Amino acid sequence: MSNTNSQLVRMDRRTALKAAGAGFVALGFASTAHASPEAAAEALAKLSGGAAAATSDKITISLPEIAENGATVPVGITVDSPMTAASYVKQIHVFAEGNPSPETITFNLTPTGTADVNTRIRLSKTQNVLVAAVMNDGSVLTNKKEVKVTIGGCGG
Amino acid sequence: MANKPRVKLPKSAKAGEIVQIKTLASHDMETGNRKDKKGNKIPRLILNKFSCSFKGEELFGATMHPSVSANPYIAFSITAKESGTYDFTWTDDNGEVTKVSQDMSVS
Repeated sequence: MSNTNSQLVRMDRRTALKAAGAGFVALGFASTAHASPEAAAEALAKLSGGAAAATSDKITISLPEIAENGATVPVGITVDSPMTAASYVKQIHVFAEGNPSPETITFNLTPTGTADVNTRIRLSKTQNVLVAAVMNDGSVLTNKKEVKVTIGGCGG
Repeated sequence: MANKPRVKLPKSAKAGEIVQIKTLASHDMETGNRKDKKGNKIPRLILNKFSCSFKGEELFGATMHPSVSANPYIAFSITAKESGTYDFTWTDDNGEVTKVSQDMSVS
């Protein structure tokens, strides 16, 4: 963004107008390349093969309401599932809507133990954390939780 | 990896018991978004894969992206079935694999 502006200053009017047009296109791409709720939703849609994933109470996300330090935000995810060979959670995906890249971590599970995982993630700003659970029958459940972040944790 | 990752796995468990496993690897998890003092980008270097396997079969795995915190902590649970060695591996962007093995006896 700042690059485009500094280039504009050095150009004459005609090229500046052209560049402005191109700039809009570039910005459009930039916003899809960077994380946004749309990018996270897109990644989510890929999991469920385009079908709208059902928001489910079966997924419990434990996250602090306010994270003082975005560099390490503890997150716990529990999916209500018997975890038997007949019915288990295959994958748990975590997306951070506002991060430079929304994919955060994917857990691959097998029918053992409980579907209960804990980790620590980085959050760049106040945002929603999306969790999608892929079951062994291919169905996708999602849930999300908002976290307020005081100091962002993605560097830069 | 500079320091060996830490794994907390009980030494013994009863058959059928659900056992929680906690792992902590020591790694900067450089995102590739940060810049050094001269304004050059610091290249991305993260641990991108974690795996816990028993007798060659993966029980639990994780794919990590730059949004995982430095010194990645992963906790999960398994059902204790038989005694043996559990292997934990972490793979970084350069393909370097760090392995930790621990025994658990199941009665």
